Amino acid sequence: MEYKDYYKILGLERGADQAEIKRAYRKLARKYHPDVSSEEHGEEHFKEVNEAYEVLKDPEKRAAYDQLGAGYQSGQDFRPPPGWDEGFEFHGGGYTNADPEAFSDFFESLFGRGGFSQTYGGRQRHQYSAQGENTYARIAIDLEDSYRGGTRQITLKHPTLGANGRPQLRERTLNVKIPKGITGGQQIRLAGQGEPGMGSGGPGDLYLEINFNPHALYHTEGKTVFLDLPLAPWEIALGAKIQVPTPDGPVKMTIPANSANGKKLRLKGRGIPARQAGDMVVVLQTVTPPASTDAQREVYRRFGEAFEFNPRKTIGG
Amino acid sequence: MSGEKFEQVVGVLLDEESEMSLSELCRACGMSAERIMTLVEEGIIEPSRTGAPWRFSGVCVRRVRRVYTLEQDLGVNLAGAALAIELLEEIERLQAHLTRLEERHKG
Repeated sequence: MEYKDYYKILGLERGADQAEIKRAYRKLARKYHPDVSSEEHGEEHFKEVNEAYEVLKDPEKRAAYDQLGAGYQSGQDFRPPPGWDEGFEFHGGGYTNADPEAFSDFFESLFGRGGFSQTYGGRQRHQYSAQGENTYARIAIDLEDSYRGGTRQITLKHPTLGANGRPQLRERTLNVKIPKGITGGQQIRLAGQGEPGMGSGGPGDLYLEINFNPHALYHTEGKTVFLDLPLAPWEIALGAKIQVPTPDGPVKMTIPANSANGKKLRLKGRGIPARQAGDMVVVLQTVTPPASTDAQREVYRRFGEAFEFNPRKTIGG
Repeated sequence: MSGEKFEQVVGVLLDEESEMSLSELCRACGMSAERIMTLVEEGIIEPSRTGAPWRFSGVCVRRVRRVYTLEQDLGVNLAGAALAIELLEEIERLQAHLTRLEERHKG
């Protein structure tokens, strides 16, 4: 397994005091927290930072970790030396409410898997007979999935007690039906798909937060779907009947004559088909073609002559 | 995919129109009724029906969970978490708007 340099993860020197460790941790936790962060791989960093803090905040775990020495490089192959933890007593005690399942093999080989019954975000300790924890996950789907409804495959990791009585992670794949009309940020509750219960308690539920993958044509705001529609100057000036794409298939749309650039036309009920269907908003965008032949340059010249038009009037041009 | 058969599951959509009771919301969020009531008092979530018994919209689950993880993971208090959530929602809105404008100018 790979050695982890907890000091490096928190951006600290080995001699950092407890106040510095806390400060570094808080800063990085804010930076990478999956609910706050827009950083790529934020969630992985957040877990790593949590693991590092779990060890370094506790003087006992920190002393044990320090004892391994500074001779290892991050990512280097590592085996704990025999009897390395003699005289330390931390199994089962002094764990924070970070997610122990997210900790690395490296952590586990040193400190065991503390607080096994706790889960990310759940954090209540249940004993004896208890309802399984609810779990929370996120997936990204395509906008079209919300229009048509569809099925997405997800893989979940569940901690279970193995035959040897040690916790293990078990992978489970589900085909989840995506309800038609779901919007970004909404959740689906999957009853009984959370953590298994203990004793006679039933399993918890899985809450799946849905977000949309970025789309080449459309943007969404809640149930409203936006499309930028490019138009030639003559189309926007003279009006036109245009075929417009929607996630549901193309529709014919009438552009009124003398529409302003940026004007928004609403296609009622063509947005996300929620219980109350959203609208689609088409934003008109004029695009001017370059003049590359003599004939085209001539048309632009005549165009200019036909209009007494000064586009810089308002800026004193 | 690869011919393997996986369990097919159908969920319940938690949208603005779906309704839950206080006890359903407690169960969904893994929280006591007292905690949920504190969140209502702070104005973080609002019952969709104010008369007794309370009904909550399904989107409350995500909000409550977010406040809770922010409190737990970042050590902010309830008012701080509430402020953070409102700012985050505003950033999400602005970010979406910005992306749209940027793409328009790219084209």
